[in-house]
Amino acid sequence: MTIKRKPQSHVAVVGAGMTKFLRRALETPKELAFEAAQAALESANMTLDDIDCVIHGTAPDAFDGVHMKGEYLSDGSGGWNKPYIRCYVGGGTGVFAPIHGWLHIASGMFETALVVCEEKMSSCLPHPQGAFLTIFDNFIERPLKPNLLWIFAMEMNRYMNTYGISVRDIAHVSVKNKANALLHPAAQLGAELTVDEVVNSPIMAWPVHRLMVSPPSDGACAVVLANEKRAKKITKKPVWISGVGWNLDTSYWTNRDLAYPQYVEKAARMAYEMAGIREPKKEINIVEPYDPFAYKELHHLEGLLLADRGKACELAIDGISARTGNMPVCPSGGLLGVGNPIAAAGLMKVCELFWQLREEAGPRQVPGKPETGLAQAWGDLMQVGTVIIMRNKK
Amino acid sequence: MSDKVAIVGVGISRPQKETPDISYKEMVYEAAVSSYNDAALASHRDIDGFVTCAEDFLEGTSIFDEYTPDQLGAVQKPVHTICGDFLHGLAIATMKIKTGLMDIVAVEAHSKASNIKTYYHIVNYALDPVWNRPLNVNPYYVAGLEMRYFMNNTNTSEEEIAQVVVKNKKNALHNDLNCFGASVSRKEVLKSQTTFSPLRELHMSKHVDGAFVFVLAHESVAKKLQKNPVWITGCGWSSDSPTLETRNWDECEYAKRSTYMALKQAGLKNLNQFDFFEIDDTFAYKELQHLEGIGLYEKGSAGKACLNGDLNTDGKTPVNISGGTLGVGALLEASGGIRALEIVKQLRGDSGKRQLQKAKRALALSWRGIPTTSGVVLTFEGPK
Repeated sequence: MTIKRKPQSHVAVVGAGMTKFLRRALETPKELAFEAAQAALESANMTLDDIDCVIHGTAPDAFDGVHMKGEYLSDGSGGWNKPYIRCYVGGGTGVFAPIHGWLHIASGMFETALVVCEEKMSSCLPHPQGAFLTIFDNFIERPLKPNLLWIFAMEMNRYMNTYGISVRDIAHVSVKNKANALLHPAAQLGAELTVDEVVNSPIMAWPVHRLMVSPPSDGACAVVLANEKRAKKITKKPVWISGVGWNLDTSYWTNRDLAYPQYVEKAARMAYEMAGIREPKKEINIVEPYDPFAYKELHHLEGLLLADRGKACELAIDGISARTGNMPVCPSGGLLGVGNPIAAAGLMKVCELFWQLREEAGPRQVPGKPETGLAQAWGDLMQVGTVIIMRNKK
Repeated sequence: MSDKVAIVGVGISRPQKETPDISYKEMVYEAAVSSYNDAALASHRDIDGFVTCAEDFLEGTSIFDEYTPDQLGAVQKPVHTICGDFLHGLAIATMKIKTGLMDIVAVEAHSKASNIKTYYHIVNYALDPVWNRPLNVNPYYVAGLEMRYFMNNTNTSEEEIAQVVVKNKKNALHNDLNCFGASVSRKEVLKSQTTFSPLRELHMSKHVDGAFVFVLAHESVAKKLQKNPVWITGCGWSSDSPTLETRNWDECEYAKRSTYMALKQAGLKNLNQFDFFEIDDTFAYKELQHLEGIGLYEKGSAGKACLNGDLNTDGKTPVNISGGTLGVGALLEASGGIRALEIVKQLRGDSGKRQLQKAKRALALSWRGIPTTSGVVLTFEGPK
């Protein structure tokens, strides 16, 4: 798609915060949202009074068993007596919510925005997979009682078969991300693993192995956005949103070739065009692609045009995507290591770019003064791609 | 805000009490095709982005946005879903166009309420799971409580509230989309069964099925697509507290704040500049509460104005010429569609028998229903 006109304002991320990601939080969903929102505001030295509007992102209502979950979470997220709206595109929500925040400010309608993403999966008993049963088509799929592991196993199989990739090749992603997560203070599943341990872990649904799957998690993340005028007053180190893109494919996932995510490519091209990026492999310094399963990191790197088709596994095998490599991928530890509270997981990636591009990531800091980062999320029925590009220079 | 945005295409799947013969996808397809034709689009491919409005539990499907693209011609396009009324969707689409990212955006909302067997049961799941839900009572009691509070707080009488029902159901008789138009008297309203005291059967709007798809465009292309573009001049939305215990029962805070925001954008100082209003009337008292909330009437005076005929089609401030949700039917997240459609028709001069002589500017308000305190206000201006 072609960008029509210049936005009314440049938009920057000026604050970020998150809760710990964990299997079972004692906090209520509202408290999780509050904790993240407060941390983000404090990091920007702001209070709710400085916020013009609030954007909330959360995925299925079924996790909490709360109808109109966005309304329920509005006070915890700081939406009281403010323009407040919840947006969602399934698992892609975490990166879409800051895009929605960007829309609010780039339209010229608001100067500042608070973006909060929350997910509490542990309320869903005995296991959140039960809620996922209700994402499928009522007539043609639900009667088969599918779960996410099944359908992603199909996609992983198709990906492996198309390009001749082995489970061992993909296992390198788990080793890298879980090791990266050891240095993330909010991480749920950081671990020092070997490729053999991943390959020998129990098979959930062939070819998905236990150590190649992100966990169900509870958690929340938040970022504060501001227009150019306000951003410069709020911080000396604004991180600019220079490109946004999102794309939704057909509901009939069985009709598309699962080997390659075209919708991710279209979302990426939209963001690259806006950011003026012509050679993504050279211009993107840090990547936070969505990695709920190990193969998804590779699948997405290819869709993002950051790796040739079928070749993304070489980045992990050769150490190029390591934190100290030429193109660090998931320096946060990703969903495999930090955890996967669905909508909050994507925003965690945006928070990571914020900290990395401000060189505030502590022991996780990637070397070489990175300037441009990309975060991407994915979701629905293997159907949606959401992409954001951030820079520490305008 | 320098970039103007207009509604250039409207399409519907007409409201019906039951639609056993078609799916929601077919309803949305029907609305989309007629909207794209109305906008004289050469192809659905010309649309840059899409906004849809839905809530999971009302659809019976989690992350319902999955099932939105095909019937809209939106496959592999920037599409996203919001939890909000159709008017929220129009506001978000307006914002998308103002960013400069897009020129043409389509907005969709639908209701397949006839698929919902136990609506009250679903609404109960919107109450706080710790404090309120365990009471295990029908959530409509919240409306009963609010109506009682409104009547006491503003000295509004049952007669005045009954007149809202009489007016809207009568207006609906002239709207070919109506499902509940009727000539009823205040006496009949006051004799209808008490449901959640002081709420009565005829005070409550009933759900219908239907779908709305609108096409919005930037001023640079609007006139090429539609000779009578209707301009969206202001969008405001706001939420008060979600909890029953801490919200402001005294004032309709969301209506007040949304109106302030919309008027500021529209560059208007007061509501006298609007020729008519399409206001949420999920419950009859809500129309009056909202009219006072937006500031069209002083506290306690909307009911009297209604009884005097000021809110009638030929009154000083016509409200709900469409017949509102009391007369046409409520469409879940698509209820705002009835309001926006009526405004587009009036401002285009296409309202037939119920066409107002002076219809240049209008204001619409939607509320997200029990137990929320979220509302949205849009202001519109005609093509001429």
